[in-house]
Amino acid sequence: MSWIDIGALDDIPVQGARVIKTKMGCVAVFRTADDAVFALSDRCPHKGGPLSEGIVHGHKVTCPLHNWVFSLETGEAQGADEGQVPTYDLRVESGRLLIDASKLAAQSAA
Amino acid sequence: MQKLVVIGAGMASGRMLEHLFEAAPGAWDVTLFNAEPRGNYNRIMLSPVLSGEKSYAEIVTHDEAWYDTHGVTCRFGEKVVGIDRDRKVVIGEQGEVAYDKLVIATGSNPFIIPLPGHDLDGVIAYRDLDDTNRMIEAARPGARAVVIGGGLLGLEAAAGLRLRGMDVTVVHIMGHLMERQLDEAAGYLLRRALTDRGIEVCCSANSKEILGEDGKLRALKLDDGTELPCDLLVMAVGIRPSVALAKEAGLETGRGIQVDAQMLTSDPDILSLGECVEFDGQIFGLVAPLYDQAKVAAQTLTGEASEYIPREVSTKLKVTGCDLFSAGDFAEGEGREDIVFRDPARGVYKRLVLEGDRVIGAVMYGDVADGNWFYGLIKGGTDISEMRETLIFGPAFQGGASVDPMAAVAALPADAEICGCNGVCKGQIVAAIEAGATSLDAIKATTKASASCGTCSGLVEQVLAVTLGDDFVLPTAKPICACTDHPHEDVRRLIKAKELKSQPAVMQELGWKTPNGCHVCRPALNYYLLADWPLEYQDDPQSRFVNERNHANIQKDGTYSVMPRMWGGMTTPEELLAIAEAAKKYDATVKVTGGQRIDLLGIKKEDLPHIWADLNAAGMVSGHAYTKGLRTVKTCVGTDWCRFGTQDSTGLGIKLEKRLWGSWTPHKFKMAVTGCPRNCAEATCKDLGVVCVDSGFEISVGGAAGMELKETEPLAKVATEQEVIDISVAFLQLYRESANYLDRPYKWIAKTGGLEWIIAQVVDDLENRAALIERFDISQSVYQKDPWAERATPHYERAWSPLADLTKEAAE
Ligand SMILES: Cc1cc2nc3c(=O)[nH]c(=O)nc-3n(C[C@H](O)[C@H](O)[C@H](O)COP(=O)(O)OP(=O)(O)OC[C@H]3O[C@@H](n4cnc5c(N)ncnc54)[C@H](O)[C@@H]3O)c2cc1C
Ligand code: HEM
Ligand code: SF4
Ligand code: FES
Repeated sequence: MSWIDIGALDDIPVQGARVIKTKMGCVAVFRTADDAVFALSDRCPHKGGPLSEGIVHGHKVTCPLHNWVFSLETGEAQGADEGQVPTYDLRVESGRLLIDASKLAAQSAA
Repeated sequence: MQKLVVIGAGMASGRMLEHLFEAAPGAWDVTLFNAEPRGNYNRIMLSPVLSGEKSYAEIVTHDEAWYDTHGVTCRFGEKVVGIDRDRKVVIGEQGEVAYDKLVIATGSNPFIIPLPGHDLDGVIAYRDLDDTNRMIEAARPGARAVVIGGGLLGLEAAAGLRLRGMDVTVVHIMGHLMERQLDEAAGYLLRRALTDRGIEVCCSANSKEILGEDGKLRALKLDDGTELPCDLLVMAVGIRPSVALAKEAGLETGRGIQVDAQMLTSDPDILSLGECVEFDGQIFGLVAPLYDQAKVAAQTLTGEASEYIPREVSTKLKVTGCDLFSAGDFAEGEGREDIVFRDPARGVYKRLVLEGDRVIGAVMYGDVADGNWFYGLIKGGTDISEMRETLIFGPAFQGGASVDPMAAVAALPADAEICGCNGVCKGQIVAAIEAGATSLDAIKATTKASASCGTCSGLVEQVLAVTLGDDFVLPTAKPICACTDHPHEDVRRLIKAKELKSQPAVMQELGWKTPNGCHVCRPALNYYLLADWPLEYQDDPQSRFVNERNHANIQKDGTYSVMPRMWGGMTTPEELLAIAEAAKKYDATVKVTGGQRIDLLGIKKEDLPHIWADLNAAGMVSGHAYTKGLRTVKTCVGTDWCRFGTQDSTGLGIKLEKRLWGSWTPHKFKMAVTGCPRNCAEATCKDLGVVCVDSGFEISVGGAAGMELKETEPLAKVATEQEVIDISVAFLQLYRESANYLDRPYKWIAKTGGLEWIIAQVVDDLENRAALIERFDISQSVYQKDPWAERATPHYERAWSPLADLTKEAAE
């Protein structure tokens, strides 16, 4: 794995998200009420809604365009909807956010 | 005899020496250094010393006689300044001591935020007896203290100082207290308990500067400009393992001194334990794990095989009367489930986090009797599948009580208002029931409760159910969402009756079944709270849909549209030039809207603060085209130009828009003023429309021109512009105060049983009209601000740009 520093935890509002730009599109970085963090592709599999702009509740996010709900942990659509958002490894160390760039790079090469 | 030197006479080393002397009495010649001018004492009991509940003598753990008996050479008040590992000596301020084995137990240092003014007289940390004594000295009744840090330590300091008569304010940077041990719901209950005791709590508050006068502390300044005057400032914002000595001696350190499972450092003759160590990436801040380490360190010294295994810790706050407990890991996670129990009447909150068939975390407030039982289940990894259903009720309750969805109503005091229209409180309804009114209709007839707008009928039924017990069958109302049993109407009334002023307060007091709601209930709660408590409640952007959070309409491709206000549909060449320039600069598509203004489409999120600044500079403000709030006031040209015009429709439209803009409403609110019944401004399909006639103005409401098409119904006919404005404001405010979130006015009017009641409130009853207007103006004093101007700042430029751009990273 190759971890890249993308910013500070405090740069993300609690129950909010920020995006990072990557070669393969935007990745949304979420922070939940219990201070867990997750990185998912910022594209909703339904019609491409920016998940980073959704309402975060529990470890889930609701897409701002048509209210599909996704698990931040698995990227899976919840309830009756079917779809999967790619997820990326992300961790916090001393208040800094580190993302695993190997998957980002691997997919961009593919 | 082997020579053992111990640096630091703290809680960890004291316990280790006990184990050592028990296992190998007389085997070691011990020298004990301590920077503090005293021996081992029970640091965690400093809080009772501060509050006056205990004396220092009572918390000493090892006295002179004990050191004597075990032949410990005490060098208290002497700091160790170096370790020479080649010569195997420890260098104290008063001289060297040789060692065969060395134990470093230097604990940790309080972290002092390097704010300007942190070195002023009166700013202290909370770590040792000297700090405690300084606080006691400063604590004259009536003197003011500020505590930075709403964690365990800060709150114990605050409670102690309060007990000594000081006025205490806690300033906490996070959204709720003790966020590392508690979730938001328990944090809310804790805050309420502290507030009841007279401690002020400011959450989400960022300290900026400590202000002084002649070298003495005067006040703490927050980054929003607030100044909190104080005579004492306690910083309790965290600790840093004290590693300097070890690092200088060349031992391996990370955040702490690195040790293995035998508590050995990178030098096999040097051990370390306590808050100064880092084991397996973990550092420590509570005594339970340190006691385990003490045992292992003693065994390593005596040559016994032993291994340190970190275990789950549990936390209790030592503030008399604040019963809280937390243990394990209570973050939500994949494959984890929550069991939440709330008893609003008793102020109890319990949450268990399960993973598979095991409990992995517990948070509880108000009733912590079962805390240790749950802690046992966590530590033991017990399979709880058999008792899952009743688990939350604890060991004594394996029979299974059920959660009472009506607890919130049962807990209302007799003087809580149930029917706002007729001013009927719970006590009157209960009295009527006891006098024989046992149905909703009977209550309506005898007390008038729910006889007007009807939005409280759900609550009246609940009072019936609570009072009559099984004799009353409760009709089922549709709850807001799966997080709660309450429908919108009940939540609105209860927010007022119980004076709930924050989201955690609502969720706790009304028995929410999820930790922090969902995308359905959170925007509704956020609206209700800001509409009912404009001065107290702080709007939560994270509970808003994207358009309202970003103050622009998101489009299907993820770009935004930007629409400045054009008051009453009027504009000027200067405004048009500025709009044209902005459109070119940001490459926007330009559309003339149905609401008589101009829409700039296709703006990138990171450009929003810039385009807003440009439009602001030309005197334009947000059109709120993205809100559940006042949208546009369409007008026609009226008497200014039109040969049919009867009144100044344009001027009145502008006056209305200037009065009402910026207000949040349950759903969008559109208006129009048209100069004669020819109705060019299409006023009769708006939420509120004004048609000018020769003798005055006809106001009508409840129109719609969307998927449903509805003509407005007449509300009033008045003679003056001022009356139009007053009635419009009162109508809007009544809608704000009593409609369900996401009900357009026509739906709300239908639910209240037609316009009759509304006409009585805003047209006939002049006193009530004035009261509605007054409440509207209070809300406008907070919310009538241009959101663009507030956000066209460098902070938002940063916050709305990508966090990082990895497209520029090297490709490999
Ligand atoms: C007010 C308060 C309340 C607390 N309440 C709780 C609680 O309720 N529950 C809980 O589990 N924990 C609580 N804690 C935390 C607990 O006290 C610590 O975890 C524990 O004291 C750490 O023990 P230690 O031996 O590692 O360090 P310490 O007890 O801090 O001992 C370290 C000693 O080393 C000395 N020292 C440092 N450097 C040198 C040097 N160079 N030369 C000589 N001596 C040196 C220091 O002076 C100090 O006396 C509380 C702490 C405080 C301050
Ligand atoms: C998310 C969905 C919607 C978007 C993005 C949207 C966008 C817009 C915009 C940008 C305008 C111009 C408004 C102005 O100048 O202030 C407008 C006007 C209008 N919208 Fe929508 N709208 C939406 C949903 C609806 C719905 C649900 C209705 C019906 C209830 C509706 C009815 C209208 C009408 C009637 C107008 C014309 C207003 C007038 O002439 O005064 N819109 N809409
Ligand atoms: S509504 Fe009447 S006054 Fe207004 S422009 Fe049309 S015709 Fe003229
Ligand atoms: S694009 Fe996400 S739900 Fe439709």
